[in-house]
Amino acid sequence: MAETYAGPIPKPTPETRPFWEAAKARRLVIQACDDCGARYFYPRPLCPACLSRAVRWIDASGRARLHTFVVNFRPARGFPADAPMVIGIVELEEGPRMMSHIVGVEPDPAALRCEMPLEVVFEDLTAEITLPKFRPRPER
Amino acid sequence: MTADLRRLRGSAAIVGVGESDELGRLPHKSSLQLHMEASHNALADAGLHKRDVDAVFTSGRNMANDVPEYLGIRPRFIGGTQVGGCSFILHVEHAMAAINAGLCEVALITHGESGASRIAMPAPRWGDDSTNTQFELVHGSSGPPTGYGLLATRHMHEYGTTKEQMAEVAVATRKWAALNPKAFVRDPITIADVLRSRLIAWPFNLLDCCLVTDAGGACVVTSAERARDLPKPPIYVLGTGECTTHQMVSQMPAFNRWDAAVAAGERAFRMAGVAPSDIDVAQFYDAFTIVPILALEALGFCAPGEGGPFVAGQRTAPGGDFPMNTNGGGLSYTHTGMYGIFTIIEATRQLRGECGPRQVPDATLGICHGTGGIWSAAATLIVSTES
Repeated sequence: MAETYAGPIPKPTPETRPFWEAAKARRLVIQACDDCGARYFYPRPLCPACLSRAVRWIDASGRARLHTFVVNFRPARGFPADAPMVIGIVELEEGPRMMSHIVGVEPDPAALRCEMPLEVVFEDLTAEITLPKFRPRPER
Repeated sequence: MTADLRRLRGSAAIVGVGESDELGRLPHKSSLQLHMEASHNALADAGLHKRDVDAVFTSGRNMANDVPEYLGIRPRFIGGTQVGGCSFILHVEHAMAAINAGLCEVALITHGESGASRIAMPAPRWGDDSTNTQFELVHGSSGPPTGYGLLATRHMHEYGTTKEQMAEVAVATRKWAALNPKAFVRDPITIADVLRSRLIAWPFNLLDCCLVTDAGGACVVTSAERARDLPKPPIYVLGTGECTTHQMVSQMPAFNRWDAAVAAGERAFRMAGVAPSDIDVAQFYDAFTIVPILALEALGFCAPGEGGPFVAGQRTAPGGDFPMNTNGGGLSYTHTGMYGIFTIIEATRQLRGECGPRQVPDATLGICHGTGGIWSAAATLIVSTES
C-alpha cells in the first residue's frame, strides 16, 4: 500500500466500476465494440466510434509505448513537492491511449523518449483502489 | 451552407471594448466586480447604455445568472457556453447568429476572473468521481502545464521543434508588453532567460507559462446596421469558427496537431473569404509558448511542423513581419484563467488604430484565436475595418 499517498482517490461510477474492480485484481481492461470492432478507453457503455451499445470488456496485454510525456517539476496538490513526476500518454498495444504516471525511470527528459516500450504495473492506493501505472519494458 | 456563411459575413460588428479599471493583483475586487468594471467600460466605449443591452454572454458556472443580476440587466438572449478560455471568442459567433435570427440586437460579452486573488471564485471543479480525477489527476497531472506540455513533447519528437523556438514566442511577446502600460510584466527577457527560468513541467520553464492575474474584459456586439450609428468605427465580424474534440487531454485525437483549431479556422477563413496571408495582425491565446506555434499550423499560416521555424528570429515581435499578441499576451500582459476576451479587445483596438506605440501600421484585417480547456476547444474570429 502507498502509505504516504495523499493525492486524489478516484471514486468509481457505475460505468467505470468494472475497470477499477479489474485493476484491484491486477488486470488492465479496456472495452471493445462488437459492431465496429473499435477498442477504446476510458470506460463508457457505448462505442465512441459508432455509438453502438454492444460493447464488452476485454483484457489488455499491458504492453504499451510512450506516446508523449512531461516531467512535472511542480507536482500537483497531494503529490510530494520535492519529487518530479513523469506523466505520460501511453498507447496500448491494442490501440487506445491513456494517461499514466510513468514509474521505474529517472524523472529526467534524457532518460525518456517518445515510443519507448512500456509495461503495466499495479500500485495499491487504498484497500479499494489499485492504480495501473506503466514502467519501461526492455526492447525485444 | 456556404451561402449561409456568406450571409453572416460582415453582418455583425464589435462596437465597444473595455477592460476592468485595473489589471494585475487585485485582492480588493471580486470576480463579479471585475465583470462589472469591464462591462461598464465596454458599454461606455460603445456609446451605449445598459438599457440597450438585450443579450448577455458570459462563461463560468452560474455566471449567466450571476452577471445579469449584478449588472441589473434582464437579457432576453442568454449565452453561457463554457468551454474554457476561448469561450468569449465563440460567443461572438453565437451573438452574430442570434442577432441575425432577430432574437437580440445588442450583445454584451463579459469576463471577470479573480484568477490570482481568488475573490468570490467558484469552487474547484473536479469531484472524486469525475472522469478527470479517475483517469488523469490520480496520475499526478497538474492540469494545464501537464496537458499543454504533452503536445509540445510530441511536436518536438516528430518535427524537431526546439525549446529555443518556444522561447522566441516568450521573448517577442515581452517586447510587445514593454509597449503596453497595462501589461503586468514589461522588463525585457532573452531566450537564455527563458531557458534558465525554473522548470515547471518539462518542456516548459516558468517563462514558457502564462501569467495568473485578476482582470475583467468585455465587448459589445451588434448588427452592422446599428453599428454604423455608434461613435467608434465598427469592427466587422468577417469569419468565425469553433470546435471541441475532448475534455480530458488523454482523449485528444492526435498529439502532433490541434484538430479543434483546424476545424475552427477552416470555417472562419471560408466565411471571411480571406487567406492567412491577408492577415495584418494576430492575437493567438498563448497559455504556453507552444500554443501559438500550434495555432499557426492549424490555421494554415504555415505547414504542419513548421510552426517552430515560423516564430524564429523574433518574427512575431515589434518590427517583425508577423505582429502577434501585440498587447503582450497571456504571457506578459494579463491572464486571468480565461484569456479569450482579451484577444478581441486588442484586435479591435489595433484595427481602430488606438494602440499608440504598439500600433501595427495600417492594420485592417485581424484574427483572434483561442484554446479552451486543455487543447479541448478552439475558436477563431476574423475581424476587419470593412464589411
